[in-house]
Amino acid sequence: MEQFTFFILMLDATARVSVPLILASMAGLFAERSGVVDISLEGKMLGAAFAAASVAWLTGSAWMGLGAGIVASVLLALLHGWASITHNGNQVVSGVAINILVAGLTVVLGISFFRQGGRTPQLAREERFLPLEWPGAQALADVPILGQLYSELLSGHNILVYIAFLIVPLTWWVVYRTRFGLRLRAVGENPEAVDTAGISVAAMRYRAMVLAGVLCGIAGTYLSTAQSAAFIKDMSAGKGFIALAALIFGKWRPKTTLLACLLFGFLEAASARLQGAFNVENASGAMAEFLKGLPFLIDALPFILVVLLLAGFVGTAVAPKASGIPYVKER
Amino acid sequence: MSSATTRDVPRWVSVVLLPIVNLVAAFLVSGLVILAIGENPLRALAILVNGAFGYQEGIGFTLYFTTNFIYTGLAVAIAFHCGLFNIGGEGQATLGGLGVGLVLLWFDFLPFILILPLAIAAAVVFGGFWGFIPGYLQAKRGSHTVITTIMFNFIAATLMVYLLSQVLIKPGQMSPETREFLPHTWLPFMHEMAAWFGLSLARSPWNASFLIALLAGGFMWVFVWYTRWGYEIRTVGANQAAAVYGGISPSRNIILAMAISGAFAGMLGLNEIMGVNHRILLNFSAGYGFVGIAVSLMGRNHPVGIVLAALLFGALFQGGADLAFEMPKITREMVVVIQGLVILFAGALEYLFWPYLAALFRQKEPVAAPAAAE
Repeated sequence: MEQFTFFILMLDATARVSVPLILASMAGLFAERSGVVDISLEGKMLGAAFAAASVAWLTGSAWMGLGAGIVASVLLALLHGWASITHNGNQVVSGVAINILVAGLTVVLGISFFRQGGRTPQLAREERFLPLEWPGAQALADVPILGQLYSELLSGHNILVYIAFLIVPLTWWVVYRTRFGLRLRAVGENPEAVDTAGISVAAMRYRAMVLAGVLCGIAGTYLSTAQSAAFIKDMSAGKGFIALAALIFGKWRPKTTLLACLLFGFLEAASARLQGAFNVENASGAMAEFLKGLPFLIDALPFILVVLLLAGFVGTAVAPKASGIPYVKER
Repeated sequence: MSSATTRDVPRWVSVVLLPIVNLVAAFLVSGLVILAIGENPLRALAILVNGAFGYQEGIGFTLYFTTNFIYTGLAVAIAFHCGLFNIGGEGQATLGGLGVGLVLLWFDFLPFILILPLAIAAAVVFGGFWGFIPGYLQAKRGSHTVITTIMFNFIAATLMVYLLSQVLIKPGQMSPETREFLPHTWLPFMHEMAAWFGLSLARSPWNASFLIALLAGGFMWVFVWYTRWGYEIRTVGANQAAAVYGGISPSRNIILAMAISGAFAGMLGLNEIMGVNHRILLNFSAGYGFVGIAVSLMGRNHPVGIVLAALLFGALFQGGADLAFEMPKITREMVVVIQGLVILFAGALEYLFWPYLAALFRQKEPVAAPAAAE
């Protein structure tokens, strides 16, 4: 029983830390499936987190914050599109530029607006996305297994968590079951063919940029108004890159990418729990060294796994064929 | 896009004028940001320039930052020559610093004259190794260096936290750092070296690694343009199929270019660890690896351009620190904003102004040529 409760709590923690990864990796999925490499997921999330926390504090409404987060992130996505679609710029360089620009701009503007060393003011309860209690969760909490599953795992998350988990099947449906999705995939694999069919490659890619912007906007809003109660300097802390890693690990497919996000989220949750959980004094020699190193190994595991995958040691990852290549129409 | 090709336009327009125009655009947008937060951009520029070049100590700091950017700029450039994108400068610099630090910790019974080559070798080998693996994976397994080098940055950061918090930490202290190295193993500061010749320079972190950086730039220049290896690397970068046709192995050159790239980035450890901090500590790479991308782009992947661009960014870093001190509304992060804008305009939007410049400077075709064409 004890173990089951622990298991549930771990899953609960996993769900919570996976949310920004899931949203950002779905954003990356739209961008990269359309043929635009997007390493600016990190910057878009960070920008959205700042905009959301600022506007939520100014207006007193978490939903206005969400709107601002999405607008900020979409604008950054359009900047990425303008550089890499309209001007055929190097997509990686554009992504790096956006990440660095946002890392600086959020702090400069934050200090200028709020004078709290780059933080935004602490948000009050009603300015945040709060956990939603499902009906009967209190009453069922004591029922073994099913009751615990319901009250701990399903109930008690904020609305953005549920949105994130619903986004995945929605993404799957859009990418594989709609005309838009078919064209999106085609434009990432063979833009010449799409162009020949009379569909604008640039317009398709811009639409993908906007979708990526919206999803990163929700992810950033989650960071600053749901998980925390303020924007903190560099609060995305590499999550955009872990999301990118999950996207690659999931081979650019929604379902497998979700699993990769959950795996990486679980590793993060586990590492946080393991830190200091072992009694190193009781172990000796090599075992003690191993236990001391274990949390760090777990921290690095997502990145190591992606490298192993890309190297073809655990399956293969084949990127959309045209991703990273600007499409220049021949005249 | 207009039909202007590089051929119709004088070379200096694309080599000199275009980067300057891009830089001006980046500065104009930065000026707008400064205006938006309620400060005077022209006064900010004056403070920045004075902070970077106006007094001896400031110049020393500028050149100390410049040193880092020369290393990381060269690292990005050599990979670019092979058609590769190395955004792993952070991780390679971290490893290079670790190598330098270990030499200074473990071999401090040796005299300086032996420690110096050992430390340089350690920086090259450790940093180079961290570039070699992504290079090998790209060449032999087709893993894209953009992604693998990002991942290696994170792996290096985690490795360093582990080593410094669990293994190398000086016993009995809280902060994750090693003990200080023995003073005779440090690289001499420039003001110390000036004193040997009876000159007096203000104290600053500017140290002998600056000279090593200039030598590294010279090495890169000779290597890329005057050796067979450099020729092969450039050929692979320009056209892999042609390289194969000419009997040049792309995979060998990809690995070589990435290893050298990592080695350049790793040498940042000479400046930060051996020259200034005198101990191994966390986060000493402080984003210098990423700035290397901007430096390389601005410098057009040429050592001379890179040294000049590194000086520009060094001045930005030092002047920006003064700016934050003088103008309370502006913080150090303003420099990060300018950096981002420079990468955006000089890199991603490189050809934004090109059609206009090309139209402006297009040379009149020789009168006979069109007639001959018809």
